[in-house]
Amino acid sequence: MRAEGPTRPPAYVEVADLRRDFDVSQPWLTRVIERRPRQILRAVDGVGFSIARGETFALVGESGSGKSTVARMVVGLLPPSGGDVRITGVSMTDPRQAAERRRLRRRIQMIFQDPYASMNPRWRVGRIIAEPIRAFNLLQGEAAILARVGELLTLVGLHPDDRVKYPHEFSGGQRQRVAIARALASEAEFLVGDEPTSALDVSVQAQILNLMRDLQGRLGLTYLFISHNLAVVRHMATRVGVMYLGRVVEIGTSHALFRAPRHPYTRMLLDAVPDIGMTGRTRTPVSGEIPNPIDPPSGCTFHPRCPFANERCRAEVPGLIDGVACHAVQEGRLD
Amino acid sequence: MTEPVLSVRDLRVEFATRRGVLKAIDGVSFDVAKGEILGVVGESGAGKSVTGAAVIGLIDPPGRIAGGEIRLAGQRIDNLAPEAMRRVRGKRIGMIFQDPLTSLNPLYRVGHQLVETIRTHTDLSPRAARTRAVDLLAEVGISAPERRIDGYPHEFSGGMRQRAVIALALAAEPELIIADEPTTALDVSVQAGIIALLKRLGREHGTAVMLITHDMGVIAEAADRVAVMYSGRIAEIGPVHGLVQAPLHPYAVGLMGAIPTLVQETDRLTQIPGAMPRLTAIPKGCAFHPRCPRAFARCHVERPEQIPVNGHRVACHLYDAQGSVAA
Repeated sequence: MRAEGPTRPPAYVEVADLRRDFDVSQPWLTRVIERRPRQILRAVDGVGFSIARGETFALVGESGSGKSTVARMVVGLLPPSGGDVRITGVSMTDPRQAAERRRLRRRIQMIFQDPYASMNPRWRVGRIIAEPIRAFNLLQGEAAILARVGELLTLVGLHPDDRVKYPHEFSGGQRQRVAIARALASEAEFLVGDEPTSALDVSVQAQILNLMRDLQGRLGLTYLFISHNLAVVRHMATRVGVMYLGRVVEIGTSHALFRAPRHPYTRMLLDAVPDIGMTGRTRTPVSGEIPNPIDPPSGCTFHPRCPFANERCRAEVPGLIDGVACHAVQEGRLD
Repeated sequence: MTEPVLSVRDLRVEFATRRGVLKAIDGVSFDVAKGEILGVVGESGAGKSVTGAAVIGLIDPPGRIAGGEIRLAGQRIDNLAPEAMRRVRGKRIGMIFQDPLTSLNPLYRVGHQLVETIRTHTDLSPRAARTRAVDLLAEVGISAPERRIDGYPHEFSGGMRQRAVIALALAAEPELIIADEPTTALDVSVQAGIIALLKRLGREHGTAVMLITHDMGVIAEAADRVAVMYSGRIAEIGPVHGLVQAPLHPYAVGLMGAIPTLVQETDRLTQIPGAMPRLTAIPKGCAFHPRCPRAFARCHVERPEQIPVNGHRVACHLYDAQGSVAA
């Protein structure tokens, strides 16, 4: 089914034909009076990928590409409109697997862009980190929980005594460490990070990225990493999916994708990023902006901005074949 | 050498608070030449935006300029009366901020706002001002400007709005533009166009640009020279290529190593331990010494002055003794 070589280990996460629609219609009365139809925004449109155990898969794209919506569906925060997410073979949507899903729950944790917004400001950090331990009933007795909290704080590079502090007493980077410690508290093995370092300064971002990589090596964690920052993605990911208007347009190993991008959008994106490694270079100007997702272009949604678009691109949606969804590449008009 | 468009000498900005006086900017000096883009980079709290606000005279109480000089084409502007400064602002110094919607009035058509700005600063007739507004929109890369000029800001996309704001900033043909995080709210494909536009302004109109951003990628791409700020001081200032490829100040070295890049794969990013100190607790001596891997006794007590090294100016004791590397 997947053309990524026979040596790939069995998938830990399997996402197939994932869809999500949002109803952005006017209120019923307005629609009746003004004779307007319902409006449906298709945020995610047939996304599929798999993540092997212990690897980092990144979804990258500009605002409105649907990458965060995918992340929220993968962890189960948002029900999909179609398609399925399977983690270790357990479906996240099938009602018959509810019991297995509950057992899997604590293995999946999310790290958000703004850690402060995801913590109770009136709780001490120790209580915040201990909450998953108590909720899942993982340890018995206060002494054991206290010891585990201290261990987790040390693991993320904080001091066990920091547990008596409140979230506001920490800097942004330290707060993100607390969020990671809380995610690990439930013995998670799969972390979904939605722009986990975008709100941080670069020197602090480096600390968190290094920490995430260290933890992955030590605990064998699997990551789904969502970011708009291509350089960060290149640094973190083993494999990358590039999203544009709700679809994956290119998918491949980080190494191949950044060295030889194939889809015209990936090429444009890589060419457009200001990067410290490329000072003094001139580059090709980019035409246009992401269109309104309520009324996406026909066929390949990238065609109005694509220099290689032809009649077929305007009419027919390209399928993801051999890691790239582009008629021009598939017809050999490119490369 | 001709006179710089902007010359800042020993600028100090203080904020009086209940907990005492906070030094947001402490002895900052730099020049921006005609047609040059000076990048001002630093992490949050470094004082880069306050520096920009000081230059355009927008430091609000309890903040105040506590010392130093700011000269625009030789003329002192830091001690102008508010009314006189208001005429300099907009006419001789243009401003671009992160969120274009803060600079555009949502209730007026873009053209109306442009014409108003042009007529405030020049004596063009309404008709000539409108022609000039269309020209400006064309200049900043808005297609079909004669049609778009009658649009409202909400009808423009994010990138188009930022272009309209740049058109507003250019309306009076300023000598200097202060751009504070002009591309931060934009997607990468849109960023590239704005950067190209800023570069073209310097080339074609000789406009000097002070580009304030936390994004080293944008700086590397756009700036001619860079000032790296830390704790209200300039740690290092020099040509962009040298500063990115071979920074001298230990903070600049750490900062460059901490940034993941697209052109090379690294296993580990350089890590600077800790975080920028709060204004209430700026360390004695060199403000960077508690985080510096090469700090020695002198760094704890004596504040380093800027020293010229290899065409850069570096505030670091390591480079003392006639520019040769000590220790």
